[in-house]
Amino acid sequence: MTAAAMVVTAAPVRATAARKVISPRGVEAWLVEDHANPLVAVQFAFTGGSSQDPQGKPGVAHLLSGLLDEGAGPYDSIAFHEKLEDLAIDLHFDADRDYFSGTLKTLTKNRDEAFELLRLSLHEPRFEPEAMERVKAQIMAGLRREAKEPNAIARNAFAAAGFPDHPYGVPQKGTLETVPPITRDDLESYRRKSFARAGLKIAVVGDIDEKTLVEALDRAFADLASRAGLTRVEDRVMRGGEERKIDLPVPQSVIVFGLPGLARKDKDYVPAVVMNHILGGGSFTSRLWTEVREKRGLAYSVYSSLSPFKHGPILAGATSTKNERARESISVITAEIEGLSGGDVSADELDKAKKYLTGSFALRFDTSTKIARELLQAQLDDLGMDYFSRRNEEIAAIDAADIARVAKRLLDTKRMLVVVVGQPVG
Amino acid sequence: MGEMVSAGLVLAGAKSDGAAEGAVAISEFRLANGLDVVVIPDHRTPVVTHMIWYRAGAADEPRGKTGIAHFLEHLMFKGTKAHPEGEFSRTVAELGGEENAFTSNDYTAYFQRVAKEHLRTMMEFEADRMRGLILTDAVVDPEREVVLEERRMRTDSVPSSQLGEAMAAAAFVNHPYGAPIIGWKPEIESLNRADALAFYRRFYAPNNAILIVAGDVEAGEVKALAEETYGKASPTPDLAPRMRAKEPQPVAARKVVLSDERVQQPVLQRMYLTPSYATAKPGEAEALDILAQAMGAQSTGRLNQRLVLERKVAVSASAWYAGTALDDHLFGIYAVPSQGVSLEQLEAAVDETLAEMAESGFSEAELQRAKTRLVADAIYQRDSQSALARNFGAALTTGLTVAQVIDWPELIERVPGDEVKKALHWLDKKRSVTGYLIGTAP
Repeated sequence: MTAAAMVVTAAPVRATAARKVISPRGVEAWLVEDHANPLVAVQFAFTGGSSQDPQGKPGVAHLLSGLLDEGAGPYDSIAFHEKLEDLAIDLHFDADRDYFSGTLKTLTKNRDEAFELLRLSLHEPRFEPEAMERVKAQIMAGLRREAKEPNAIARNAFAAAGFPDHPYGVPQKGTLETVPPITRDDLESYRRKSFARAGLKIAVVGDIDEKTLVEALDRAFADLASRAGLTRVEDRVMRGGEERKIDLPVPQSVIVFGLPGLARKDKDYVPAVVMNHILGGGSFTSRLWTEVREKRGLAYSVYSSLSPFKHGPILAGATSTKNERARESISVITAEIEGLSGGDVSADELDKAKKYLTGSFALRFDTSTKIARELLQAQLDDLGMDYFSRRNEEIAAIDAADIARVAKRLLDTKRMLVVVVGQPVG
Repeated sequence: MGEMVSAGLVLAGAKSDGAAEGAVAISEFRLANGLDVVVIPDHRTPVVTHMIWYRAGAADEPRGKTGIAHFLEHLMFKGTKAHPEGEFSRTVAELGGEENAFTSNDYTAYFQRVAKEHLRTMMEFEADRMRGLILTDAVVDPEREVVLEERRMRTDSVPSSQLGEAMAAAAFVNHPYGAPIIGWKPEIESLNRADALAFYRRFYAPNNAILIVAGDVEAGEVKALAEETYGKASPTPDLAPRMRAKEPQPVAARKVVLSDERVQQPVLQRMYLTPSYATAKPGEAEALDILAQAMGAQSTGRLNQRLVLERKVAVSASAWYAGTALDDHLFGIYAVPSQGVSLEQLEAAVDETLAEMAESGFSEAELQRAKTRLVADAIYQRDSQSALARNFGAALTTGLTVAQVIDWPELIERVPGDEVKKALHWLDKKRSVTGYLIGTAP
């Protein structure tokens, strides 16, 4: 199969139909019109995320994401939720390391009200004491539930070890100590410094035409401050070269492993995607899957993936194995990373990886919400609107020399960080 | 819209939404060997979701063999004479497809999502492994270890999952829904190749399966391809009906307490034995769905209003109804207490809220809000070919028809308010198990 044929069969037609719209007041969005179903999906994000939490106060962005729909403008919390439910509008916010994001889904017939509720939640959240106490209590209940949960412990320990004295190293949701003292002023000041037009990207898919959309965009977003007041976040290389063990009375050890990764804009990022697919990517054929699960029955799940965080990208993975065989799993994983580090990949293995990655691209575009997410991510990564037609050609062009180069750059097991939670034997 | 093979099967929003805006034309037909086929066209993306559903799940297992339905699901990836181990998965990957499988109490399903031109290849492979599975101890033994790791990951390491397992075991005193789908550990350890093949030969046959294809296809194409591929599989003559042990009418309220040093946040759960869509009288299961929504919606539900907002005895409270089941199944309540509130106090508050609802029912606004959400979710689901395919598969393997799925939003709209109040009589404590998840005293 030639590269050209692969590209033709896999073009995500609905994403290539995207176009840029600009409202009268200058709010930009990427739009895919699709009138097949009477619904509209919107995804947007502000630069910032939990790495903009004030020093020593982790959890502010996460708490804010839970409070924007707890009363805004003329509506108290109950009235706001009744309004959303009466109109079956889904409105949610979320904060990850680098972005504060929002998602809105509405039936066509309720889209005016939906954009109005979005406007109120962004511009006029009430942060009433009752709602603040209630949402904090919910977050604390979640933190207590995670306190002895091996995956959460491993995730937090990995972040702390990999990014000491850096916003990436602290728990995103905060801790039982840092959540209670967060004040209304903390939320307001976060909102003021992060919710701005400059760092805002928007994607819209569904039953809405350009004229209707630009009015809605102006209503929801045009009144935001033009520039954000973000704190500078230092770039870091993930720190590794050690193994950390955390004792927990569970029959199975959770193992998280990782290495420094590559920024999305790095010229080796696309080769790294292909390399990671061969190592531990998402199909039932990767080297880790074959060695850890199929041949040895060590685990139900094992994977690796690239996370191109803006200030400290990583390549990380995880598995869970009974305590008696946890050491064996770590050895097998380390040996596979070591084995790939010289870039020793057969032509057949490389060809199959490229075929999977190009062929499966279209599967990311089969629902409105998924398309909107892809359109948003391409904007956040500054890939340009031609990314969707360009992407498979970039994958198809990767050769063995590219894999060897990026494997040498990334797969240095001396820099590996391993966190084990459980009671591994040996 | 696409060609319609069977008349009248159009999936639209509820009638109150007006015309059949964005309607989806669904086709269904049966091959000569008894295979049922459902086609759900969606031409927006050149992708198809191909699923084969077997009317066989954990509740169909022989006694003493819990976990065999799920273990067989894993072993179905181990190859056939025509396509030895790994060839199917390698082909799916090479074509840029995604694949997986899942096992439930009432069904086991396998699926691939691929570019539409690869549909025939998927159908050839899937039809081949319907009858041609080959198993050796060399592949069965490590896979048993994988399943035990899956159990350790999902259940043995998670106290809340262990409580759920203990509650289901108490909720069903005789019916196999009381056993975990993944199986009890000592029984998984003894499952072998012969057990897997016996289950396979009994249930994996065209006349016990449903093929669902959703995506950029037309019914005519799928019919021709299905006849060329699945059509060659021979049916099982005299397929035995699915007979499960019968659950008696419950007479005693039960309580299950799981105490574990790992639990830092206590949780209260309740499960009631209720009719399912397959066993309920007309309208009754729909009323239970509306009840779960009106009681349990995240913010506007009655439980949240009373327990979280007004009495402040809980930080969250919700309800669920698992009505997609071949036999009587469960309605549940889940609540997390506020700091300093005991589970006994929270349970008393839940019971008072239930009593209040049984006494005075719901307001018109509460009922309409619950119906609006359920109907809207059905419209939102039409945006996803794989969600639609799953919805039809689960319904058809649990005794429902295509028409019932299509009519569901309208049936929800038509449930009178007093039927929702009446459905509360199923939430009788005698029919229930209450579960406490608690830590150990320091």
